[in-house]
Amino acid sequence: MPEVLKAPLVVEFPFTRSLGPVQSAFLTGLRERTVLGVKTTDGKVMVPPVEYDPVTADELRDLVEVEPTGTVTTWAWNPEPRRGQPLDAPFAWVLVKLDGADTGLLHALDAPGPDAVTTGMRVRVRWAAERTGAITDIACFEPYEGAAAEAEPAAHDGQFDDAVSGIVAEARLDYVYSPGRAQTAYINALADRRTVGERCPSCRKVYVPPRGACPTCGVATTDRVEVGPAGTVTTFCIVNVKAKNLDIELPYVYAHIALDGADLALHGRIAGIPYDQVRMGLRVEPVWTEGGRYPDHYRPTGEPDADYDTYKELV
Amino acid sequence: MREVAIVAFAQSDHLRTTDELSEVDMVMPVLHQVLAQTGLKTSDIGFTCSGSSDYLAGRAFSFTMTLDGVGAWPPISESHVEMDGAWAMYEAWVKLLTGEVDTALVYSYGKSSPGSVRDVLTRQLDPYYVAPLWPDSVALAALQAQALIDAGETDEPALAGIAARSRESASSNPHAQVKGSVPQGDYEVQPLRKGDCPPVGDGAVAVILAAGDKARELCERPAWIRGMDHRIEAHSLGVRDLTDSPSTRLAAERAGAFERPVDTAELHAPFTSQEVVLRKALKLGDGVAVNPSGGALAANPVMAAGLLRIGEAAARIHRGESDRALAHATSGPCLQQNLVAVLEGDAR
Repeated sequence: MPEVLKAPLVVEFPFTRSLGPVQSAFLTGLRERTVLGVKTTDGKVMVPPVEYDPVTADELRDLVEVEPTGTVTTWAWNPEPRRGQPLDAPFAWVLVKLDGADTGLLHALDAPGPDAVTTGMRVRVRWAAERTGAITDIACFEPYEGAAAEAEPAAHDGQFDDAVSGIVAEARLDYVYSPGRAQTAYINALADRRTVGERCPSCRKVYVPPRGACPTCGVATTDRVEVGPAGTVTTFCIVNVKAKNLDIELPYVYAHIALDGADLALHGRIAGIPYDQVRMGLRVEPVWTEGGRYPDHYRPTGEPDADYDTYKELV
Repeated sequence: MREVAIVAFAQSDHLRTTDELSEVDMVMPVLHQVLAQTGLKTSDIGFTCSGSSDYLAGRAFSFTMTLDGVGAWPPISESHVEMDGAWAMYEAWVKLLTGEVDTALVYSYGKSSPGSVRDVLTRQLDPYYVAPLWPDSVALAALQAQALIDAGETDEPALAGIAARSRESASSNPHAQVKGSVPQGDYEVQPLRKGDCPPVGDGAVAVILAAGDKARELCERPAWIRGMDHRIEAHSLGVRDLTDSPSTRLAAERAGAFERPVDTAELHAPFTSQEVVLRKALKLGDGVAVNPSGGALAANPVMAAGLLRIGEAAARIHRGESDRALAHATSGPCLQQNLVAVLEGDAR
């Protein structure tokens, strides 16, 4: 079996998320170097604060200001920081109970090594130089010698000028994608200007492009079958919306095409004919461009149109 | 309540990479095996439910492609959860309890090899306060492990013992990915060493459920589901007591696990430290065989490893090696959500 195809695949998306009133106050507070907590129904102070009580589900709105200093409740030494994590050099992940809070905040602790970190150690917030209203406005924690403050946290109205109402959460995941056996064979054959489907050994249907299995019979499709090159337009649409990074003149026609010998229509662009003359039953053939690994589009063959009965099962 | 049993169980070999296999290539042989055990065809199955996550392999709608392997056209009665297959089985179980259907096919799969699962799993975390810091799955488990060590509930040698016992048990599991004597290795995230962490790999699992006499007809010794329940912890890690798992305990109580002792427990503990938490929450005594399959430390196809636990427990009942077994599945960081099923065989 030839080597399966593989290619890097990056999935990236900037999620824009709106904030509830408590989240907005907390993240705006971080921008202003103020750490807010919220009082739960039973009087505990949660940091980071949430909109609803985790036990009773009551709406929580009573904000208090806690200290930027606190105590490590558990930690884990990270010898090889990964992309996106708070620090580039090895650091400790920590849960920190800030002075005045009853719950732990997850963040990073900048320390010289694991021997310098213990549960119970005192730490304080190191603020990021540029703050925007995000959890990363806390750059990290750093060791701190002072004792815990004794005073009860004071109430805070949560009001700041120019409060943030949302965050943009960048998400990026990297993959090395492989389409698997069936689609590798299909893509390799296309680069050789041949369209190769796979036949179901049970119902004899030929699937193009093949996905490796017959969805009717639930068995592997293994027999390779060359189809086309010509085929029949089974249905089509006229595209009037310009797609990003697509240099094709509007309007153009996108069609389902049943290649001769195939039992499933694939889709492709139709050209070489005015858009308003494309019709069901039109006979078309693929057009490859120089060096292209797949057909650029399909164009009319000039044959008479196919009879509806010959392709009605594929519409 | 209607009697429902697991009557068949199949799984793939669990492998570090499966480049040549698309998802359906990986799942289909397992579906064929599980159906063959009962002699049922797809058209005989009343309900099909699957569990998976497209984030693992970065392949959009992979769950619709694996349906090709079931033979889902013309359309079958079918559902999918973006969760471990254990939760797909919960849905199928409820469907059988309604009396609407008599049989169900449940499968799940995970193909983690194309991506970096440690990073992928950060995307399930709180998007406001946690995900922007990209704390990976090993880091979060390590915070829990340190909390257990600080509380005196375990230490590094004890964790190494759990790792060694699991991989030793896996020696008799032909499908396991990591088995036999494996060095603990360096710290991945201290205090967890490589040996404390699950292998990353690809795999698939399937079970068939059947009700009442149908179950007896399809299986010599059905694994009757006496109870099943799932519960969840508070969202924020900093709110939880990481050394305990009240959600597991509650699920077990609701599933009837504490009514009589079990002889076997298949626990979905991807990290050694999590077995410590689960043993305590489930009040498992020394006489209970824990993870005779090797557990998730031997093979951890994400989204399948929980259903694998249920399947392995059921298979021991099928084989007559267990009379009453507990199966557990987990989801999310540090045992965030937990499912417990109690299975029994008829008296021999």
